[in-house]
Amino acid sequence: MPGLGTSFGRGGATTFQQDLQNADCIVIMGSNMAENHPVGFQWVMEARERGAKVIHVDPRFTRTSAMATKHVGIRAGSDIAFLGGIVHHILEHDLYFREYVQHYTNAPVIIDERFVDTEDADGLFSGWDPEAGRYDIESWRYEGMEVHGAAGQRGEGFEPRGEQSGHGAAGGGLRHGEPPAEDPELEHPRCVFQILKRHYRRYTPELVADTCGCSVEDFLEVCETLAANSGRERTSAFCYAVGWTQHTTGVQTIRTAAIVQQLLGNIGRPGGGIMALRGHASIQGSTDIPTLYNILPGYLPMPHTLSYPRLESYIAANTAPTGWWGKFESYWVSLMKAYFGEHATAENDWLFDELPRIDSDNSAYFTVRQMLEGNVRGYIIAGENPAVGHANGKAHRLGLAKLEWLVVRDLVEIETAAFWYDGPEVESGELKTEEIATEVFFLPAAAHTEKDGSFTNTQRLLQWHSQAVEPKEDCRSELWFYFHLGRLIKQKLAGSEEERDTLIKALRWEYPTRSAIEEPDAEAVLQEISGREISTGRFLSGYPELEDDGSTSCGCWIYSGCFADGINQTARRKPHWEQASYVAPEWAWAWPANRRLIYNRASADPDGNPWSERKRYVWWDADEGKWTGHDVPDFKEDKAPDYVPPEGAKAEDAIAGDHPFVMQADGRAWLYVAQGLEDGPLPTHYEPQESPFANPLYRQRANPRRQQNEGLAEDPYNPVADEPGAEVYPYVVTTYRLTEHHTAGGMTRSVPYLAELQPEMFCEVHPDLAREAGLEHGGWATIYTSRSAIEARVLVTERIRPLQMKDGRTVHQVGLPYHWGGRGLVTGDSANDLAHMALDPNVHIQEVKAFTCGIRPGRRPRGAELPRFVAELREQAGEAK
Amino acid sequence: MSAPDGLASYGDEQQERVGFFTDTSVCIGCKACEVACKDWNAIPEDGTTWTGESYDNTSALGANTWRHVAFVEQAEPLRSRLEAPPDEAPAPGREDRGAPSATRPNGDSGTPLRWLMESDVCKHCTHAACLDVCPTGALFRTEFGTVVVQQDVCNGCGYCVPACPFGVLDRRHLAPAPDLPAFAKEDGRVWKCTLCYDRLKGGHEPACAKACPTQSIQFGPLDELREQADARLAKLETEGWEGAQLYGRDPDDGVGGFGAFFLLLDEPEVYGLPPDPVVTTRDLPRMWTNMAVAAGALLVGVAAAFSGRRS
Repeated sequence: MPGLGTSFGRGGATTFQQDLQNADCIVIMGSNMAENHPVGFQWVMEARERGAKVIHVDPRFTRTSAMATKHVGIRAGSDIAFLGGIVHHILEHDLYFREYVQHYTNAPVIIDERFVDTEDADGLFSGWDPEAGRYDIESWRYEGMEVHGAAGQRGEGFEPRGEQSGHGAAGGGLRHGEPPAEDPELEHPRCVFQILKRHYRRYTPELVADTCGCSVEDFLEVCETLAANSGRERTSAFCYAVGWTQHTTGVQTIRTAAIVQQLLGNIGRPGGGIMALRGHASIQGSTDIPTLYNILPGYLPMPHTLSYPRLESYIAANTAPTGWWGKFESYWVSLMKAYFGEHATAENDWLFDELPRIDSDNSAYFTVRQMLEGNVRGYIIAGENPAVGHANGKAHRLGLAKLEWLVVRDLVEIETAAFWYDGPEVESGELKTEEIATEVFFLPAAAHTEKDGSFTNTQRLLQWHSQAVEPKEDCRSELWFYFHLGRLIKQKLAGSEEERDTLIKALRWEYPTRSAIEEPDAEAVLQEISGREISTGRFLSGYPELEDDGSTSCGCWIYSGCFADGINQTARRKPHWEQASYVAPEWAWAWPANRRLIYNRASADPDGNPWSERKRYVWWDADEGKWTGHDVPDFKEDKAPDYVPPEGAKAEDAIAGDHPFVMQADGRAWLYVAQGLEDGPLPTHYEPQESPFANPLYRQRANPRRQQNEGLAEDPYNPVADEPGAEVYPYVVTTYRLTEHHTAGGMTRSVPYLAELQPEMFCEVHPDLAREAGLEHGGWATIYTSRSAIEARVLVTERIRPLQMKDGRTVHQVGLPYHWGGRGLVTGDSANDLAHMALDPNVHIQEVKAFTCGIRPGRRPRGAELPRFVAELREQAGEAK
Repeated sequence: MSAPDGLASYGDEQQERVGFFTDTSVCIGCKACEVACKDWNAIPEDGTTWTGESYDNTSALGANTWRHVAFVEQAEPLRSRLEAPPDEAPAPGREDRGAPSATRPNGDSGTPLRWLMESDVCKHCTHAACLDVCPTGALFRTEFGTVVVQQDVCNGCGYCVPACPFGVLDRRHLAPAPDLPAFAKEDGRVWKCTLCYDRLKGGHEPACAKACPTQSIQFGPLDELREQADARLAKLETEGWEGAQLYGRDPDDGVGGFGAFFLLLDEPEVYGLPPDPVVTTRDLPRMWTNMAVAAGALLVGVAAAFSGRRS
């Protein structure tokens, strides 16, 4: 999550769900928390019971809205305008927490004079290269900085991208803890604070109302409630989920909330923070120990073919001069020791030269495009159902049909595994089973009850679960599959003299196994991740113990200490009512260093005293000479609040005693992100790829840096705004989940008790839209885009309101849950077949929360009629164009 | 307070009467109770029909659904009493816009909207008509004061079905299918919530209460639950939730109070519940008396007729 990573230093939720009970106001936006995180939502209910305001801002009135004290409906895809309006309101009326902003954020920092804001360049920041379609970020940096870090590697072809750049390690080119130029009074015209003021000056309540479709009154009430519940005595929290992420501006939306929370002084304090709600049991875990192509465990960048020809340049480029990223080399070397043991030595550069390199964008959607173009031979899919769960399912299925081989590991034979004989394209005749050459292997997976392991949940909490029963028949755990796959590959290559096989031969691959199926010991893996001192085998207590000389090994530096003292810390289950405080540090284990609320140094004022008694959390104990409180201090324990780094201090020692954001090179939260994001240092309202509107602010309508599949026949886009043909697809459509099902449905449509609760695909429409389009409650509707058409039962409801936009225009929204596919106990069309594959430039995520569609009564055409129907509408729109 | 019929017969084995207090003001409609109930009690799937009744595809309690979450969409504000606008000077940014109007707690653009959710269950009545009419003794009052069907005794006569004022009791009908597990085979017997009798005996709370993430379903000794409910209602009233009411809490109502009672945010009818339920066997004694009188009169008439012929 680079939105949080660049703002605060770590790409994870800043708080934990139990702490929401301490909030005086909770804004839930881009999330339907009651439906999708019902267990965590109990803490929101607890806060409400204690008198907190709970505000839900969402296009739909959902189960979350029903529990809120206030719901504000907005147009899908207008979040940055709404949040930017809050920033404007705070700045315009001096409602910010001045002391916090001055000391704990980069508001005073003066920015390079070459920086040009979108307000002065009609929607583009300085550095835009129209040819390349990207920014040169040099003019964005702090004034007086040499070009440093990742940016300095550009001569060697390196570009920090997405999650890889998300930690902000290079700190805007900071060489020493303090930026060279700043104005503590926040008055310099080029200081971040003043730039921020100018950037959002046009985000007035009226502009928000016109853009979002809410009332000025409702918008102001949100601003006032937030401001009234922030400050020394009170705190407010934000909760978001993929309703913010899944846009072509997703990362910047999260950034806008980060700005609001910095201005209000709500980060690092109890009842405050930004709660990033993750959509699956271990999605946080799968970025920490990544399933992503461009990072290694602990957010270490994956080497690139064009960059880092030598180990020194790789280390130099990724080591921040200050902050905890200053110890990059020790994290890296310890990871190599965990991978390769005695084979990785200082003499052979820890095998750096042998490591695989990435050479291109290898994200999921880019790979689908490569499949369609015939450039991918084989594909392994585990725990994912792209034929249903990814945007433009049809493009995915057509892509799979061009592979030589496909491996699918899942609990049941999901749509992705069956596309070749049972899918919409087989029905329409666009694919013929006998002509598909893809050899499909379906490997049954073991469920979580059938294996040991850990989940890393939404709040960075690692929780261990134990196997209850042996997996049946051929079902096997992921751990079993990859361990034995690796073992067999190593066996086959044992005698190889090929240079390319050096690394596989060097790989340490020794894990004890047990039971008749030779299941690897999951705890042995956790031990490796947590790390040891190699000479003694002693378990490490945490990442400060990691060394860059090869004397320690650690599989993921941020997880270091999860097996401290030889105890599986993640398996601790002491309930909070048996512990000293609600923070409950003895329940499982959270990264980093078992901290539950991170950046918690900010819960005290610059002198180390709590901002207020009511919001006491972590403070400086002058008598003891150390930080103390309810949580593990997220600060060097004995660093006094008045500590000033000596000249030449490095890494963590270069962070001053009053700078709580210890992962950032300057120890501060970033209102302005000089480096680390593809699409600008400040969030700006852009329209979605598809929407019925022009940008009210700029001629630049959508995010200029978004990724599109121009020229890809399988991924056409609807005409938008006032383009001719846009009237063919006049409605805003948004997709979402229901409590009763899990994402693409592979785990729930096959379970009778869940399938019966939401047994059919439906669309949600307002009575006015039903009248306009001739839809009947309980009847059928056909919903179409230029990609495809699907059918759904019609649920007419007041919960999806039409919005009154500028000039009296009404916009209708169509709600589509996306759980169904052609297989399982309950079946239905897939909402994602309608979506396009234009992406956010930072994390390559699809925009399924806001695009456009048409809707008409009745069931969709069958067989070959379906693609014809879609093509005819597309032509109709195209002709109009 | 009237004691549940039959509970005293347990003598020393009698336990404290337990039940549910279902507080709909914190129900988030997640249906975890429905699923946990089915999972623990091995209840068969109840049909995969989409109803269009908001998010409710279960529709009603029945032999195969012992917890049912109702969803009611209303054009009503969440809390009926609007919060008064603040008295003090206009907030920053308000100067040229006038004072804020009364806060609309829920729903924008002026039209209020609320979505009520309520997890319904067998009421475990103090005076339970189902018990009165069961000819086999399959239905019985447990030592916890709850009402349970003994499946090995029930003969499927169905007398209890119309006796229940809430439509809770229902005979299990399943399409015959050879591959169904034994518990799911067509049987025609009556099945309903047991308040997890087996779990109670083991010292555990019922599955639905255990699964509920927001404590909307609270389990415990009925006396304590009634006290908690009174306090809860008082709190909601001070917070402006007009229309909030306890349903089935009153031991003097038509069924002597529920063992599983509710806090509702609107009238019971809104949730599909009878407003003033009465134990359906209440009038039986009087009916029997009337019938006896009528039969006696008939007998006298018949006798008179015969005697008349003779004369």
